[in-house]
Amino acid sequence: MIPEIGHYALTLALCVAVVQAIVPMVGAQRGDLALMNLCRPASVALFLTIAVAFAALTHSYIVSDFSVANVYLNSHTDKPLLYKISGVWGNHEGSLLLWILILAVFSVAVSVFGRNLPPALRARALAVQAMIVVGFLLFILFTSNPFERIDPAPLNGRGLNPLLQDPGLAFHPPMLYLGYVGFSMAFSFAIAALIEGRVDAAWARWVRPWTLLAWIFLTLGIALGSWWAYYELGWGGWWYWDPVENASFIPWLAGTALLHSAIVVEKRDTLKSWTILLAIVTFSLSLLGTFLVRSGVITSVHAFATDPTRGVFILVLLAVTVVGSFSLYAWRAPQMKGGGVFAPISREGTLLLNNVLLSTAAATVLLGTLYPLFADALHLGKVSVGPPFFNAVFVPLMVPMLIVMALGPLLAWKRGDALGAAKRLWLALVAAAGVFAATYVAAGGQATHVGAAFGMGVGAWLLIGTLVEWAERVHLFRASPGVSLRRAVGLPRAAYGMTLAHIGTALLVMGVVGNTAWKTESIQVMSPGETLAMAGHIYRFEGADRVDGPNYDAIRGHFTLLDGDGDRITELAPEKRRYTQPPQATTEAAIHTSGLHDYYAVIGDAATDHGAGAYVTRFYYEPFVPLLWYGALLMGVGGVVSLTDRRHRIGAPARRRAEAAARAASTRASSGPSGGSGVTAPGRAS
Amino acid sequence: MTRKKRRLYFIALGMLALGAATALVLSAIGDSLLYFYSPTDLEERPVAEGQRFRLGGLVEEGSVEKDGETVRFVVTDLIHTVPVAFTGILPDLFREGQGVVTEGRLSGAGLFVADSVLAKHDETYMPKEVADSLKDSGYWKEGAAPDAGPAQ
Repeated sequence: MIPEIGHYALTLALCVAVVQAIVPMVGAQRGDLALMNLCRPASVALFLTIAVAFAALTHSYIVSDFSVANVYLNSHTDKPLLYKISGVWGNHEGSLLLWILILAVFSVAVSVFGRNLPPALRARALAVQAMIVVGFLLFILFTSNPFERIDPAPLNGRGLNPLLQDPGLAFHPPMLYLGYVGFSMAFSFAIAALIEGRVDAAWARWVRPWTLLAWIFLTLGIALGSWWAYYELGWGGWWYWDPVENASFIPWLAGTALLHSAIVVEKRDTLKSWTILLAIVTFSLSLLGTFLVRSGVITSVHAFATDPTRGVFILVLLAVTVVGSFSLYAWRAPQMKGGGVFAPISREGTLLLNNVLLSTAAATVLLGTLYPLFADALHLGKVSVGPPFFNAVFVPLMVPMLIVMALGPLLAWKRGDALGAAKRLWLALVAAAGVFAATYVAAGGQATHVGAAFGMGVGAWLLIGTLVEWAERVHLFRASPGVSLRRAVGLPRAAYGMTLAHIGTALLVMGVVGNTAWKTESIQVMSPGETLAMAGHIYRFEGADRVDGPNYDAIRGHFTLLDGDGDRITELAPEKRRYTQPPQATTEAAIHTSGLHDYYAVIGDAATDHGAGAYVTRFYYEPFVPLLWYGALLMGVGGVVSLTDRRHRIGAPARRRAEAAARAASTRASSGPSGGSGVTAPGRAS
Repeated sequence: MTRKKRRLYFIALGMLALGAATALVLSAIGDSLLYFYSPTDLEERPVAEGQRFRLGGLVEEGSVEKDGETVRFVVTDLIHTVPVAFTGILPDLFREGQGVVTEGRLSGAGLFVADSVLAKHDETYMPKEVADSLKDSGYWKEGAAPDAGPAQ
C-alpha cells in the first residue's frame, strides 16, 4: 500500500509541477499578481508530494519490503539501518528521487525566503524550477519508477554494494546533489532575468548566496568522494580524473567562476551577460554530469550498464535545456547593458581572468572526458584519456590563476595599482622563494623536483598573500593592536569567508603537489616478524587472523608501525573483507596520520608458496594528504562564514547605513584596497 | 578605458586563453591517449613493444597463477588469448571468468606487462569495451551482464 501511495504522490507531483510551470509564467507575462502568486502554494504542494514519495520509498527500505523491485535489488535484511537508508539513494531510481526532492526543497526555499523578491522575478524563476521538475518526473515515471512491484516477493534482497556501505559514501551523493541541484537556482533566476531582460545588483545579491550554498555542498561532496576513494579503494590515491569524478568537477569549476563573476555584477554592475551565461552553463554541466553518471555511456570505475532508453531520455532533457536556454540567451542577452567600465588591472580585471581560466579549465576537462565518446562515435578507435592528459592541461591553466589569486584582493575596483599591490606582497614573494628553495634542497636538489618545489612555492605565495591581504585590512603592525583588533572584529564576514577559502585553496594546492611528488609505494610478500623500512618508518608484520563482521568475514592483518629509532608508534590493522550479500570482496586500508603525513597499509591475498602465514602487503607513504582535507574543509567553512554575511547584503536600507558607518570609520588612503568599507567590501571569494 | 577598448580586451583575453588551451590540448593528447585492444585486435593490428595501451577481455578460467606479489593470467575474447603479468594487489573484483581491463605494455615474447588493472565498483558491471569486443567476437550473450545492479 505504501509504495502505491508513493507512486500516486509522484503522479500528483507531476500535475502540480505542470501547473507551477505554466500559470505563474503566464501571470508574469500578463502582470496578473494573483496568477504569479500561485507559485508559492504550488511550490509547497510540490515539495510535500515529492517528500511523501521519498518517505514512502525510505519506508520500504527500512522495513525491507522486497515486493518493491528497487528494494529487492539494493537492500538486504542484514544491512545496518544507516545503509538501509542510504540504500535509498545508492541506486539509479532512488537517487533521481533524491535529486527532485532537493530541487523541490530549493523551490520552497525561494517561496519562504524570497518574500522581498519582485513578484514577477520570483514567479518566473519558480516556473523554470518547475519545468526542470517536470522533466525529471517524466523521466522517473516513464523509465525509472522506484515503486515497481515484483510478484511474488523474494524472501531477501540482493544487498547493497559493500563498497557503498560506508559512512563517507552514505552522505556523498546527497551532498553532491545538493550542489548540482543548487545551481538550478542560479539557472532559474538567469532564465527569469533573460525573460525580463533585466539584471541588476538586486538580482546578483539574491543569486549569490544560493550559488554559494550550492558551491559549498559541491565542494564538500567532491572532497567526501575523494576521501572515500582514498581510504576505501585501497589504492592510496584520491583523484583519478575518472569520468564520474570529472562529471562533478566540471560544474565545480564553472560554479566557482560563477561565484566570482556574480560578485562583479553585484558590486560593479557589469559582466552581466557573462554571468547569465555562466549560470546557464554551470547548471547544464550539472545536468551533463547526471547524464554521464546515470547513462553509462562512458567507461568508468563508477558507471554501470543501464537501459539505453534512460540515456536517450536524459540526453533529450539535456538537449532541450541547453538548446532552449542558449536560444533564449542569444535572443535576449544583447539587450543587457553593462555598467561600469574598468581597467585590465583592477579587481574586476583579476576576477575576469579568474573566470577565463576557470572556464577554459572546465572546457578542457570536459573535452578530455567526452573525447572517448566522440572518438567511438566517429570510429577513431576505442580510446581512453588518462590522468597524463588532464595533468598536462589543467596544471598550466591553474598556475597563473593561483598567482593572480593573491594579487586580486589587494587591487582596487575599477582601476588598481599593480605595483603597489606587488610591493605589499613582498613577504609572500619571500615566503614563496623560501619554500621553493627549501623543498628543492630537501628533495635532494634534482632537476626532476623543480616542478614540485615550484608548486609548493605557489601554494606558499597564495597562503602568505592571503594573510597579507587580511593584515593590510586590519592595519596589523601599522596601527596599535587595539585598533587592529577593532578592525579585525569589524571586517565583514564575507571578507573572512574569502580569506578562509583562499587559505584552503593554498593548503589544497600544497597537498596535491606534495603528495604527487613525494608519495612512495611498496609491494611485497611478508611473513610474520618481517619488517620493511619506508620513508623513515618501519612496518613490522605481526601476522593475520580471521574476523567475522555482521555481514562479512575478513582477514585482518596486524602491523606495528615504528619510527626510525625503533619506537612503537601505533598498530595498523588493515582488512580484506568478503561480504556475503552480494558476494564481493573489499579492501579496508589502515591509515595512521601524523596530521601532515599518512602511513597507509593494505593486506592482500595469502602467499602460500612463501610459507605459512605469508601475505602480499602494500604500504604507501602519503605525504601532505591531510592538507587536502583541511583545505577542502576550510573552503567549505569559508563559504559558510561568507553565507552568514547574507543578512548584511539583503535589503538596501541596512546596506546604506552600514556603508555610511564604514565610511566614517575608514581612514584608508585611496590607494588601499578600496571598496573596503563594511559592506561593499568584497566578499570576493566567498 | 572606453567600452570598445574593454571589449577588445575581453576578446583578446578570451582568444589568448582559447589559444593556450588548444596548444595544451594538442600537445597533451598525442601522448596520453590510450587505445583499447581486444586480443583479436592485437592479433590483427600488432602493437610495437613498449607502446602503452589497454588490453581488455575476460580472465580465462583456471589461468590465474600467483607468484608472491606477481600475478599471471590470460586475457581472452574467446577467439584469441594474451598472457598478462601484473605486479601488485589485484582489485577486489578481479575474478576468473570476469571482464577485466588492464593497462601496460607488451614485452618480448608476447607477454603483456600490466601496470594497472581496472577495478570496478560493481560486480555485475562489464567494462563497455569488453562487452563490445565480446559482441564483435560473437560470444556475447544478452543478459550476460545482468541488469543494473547497485552502483553509486
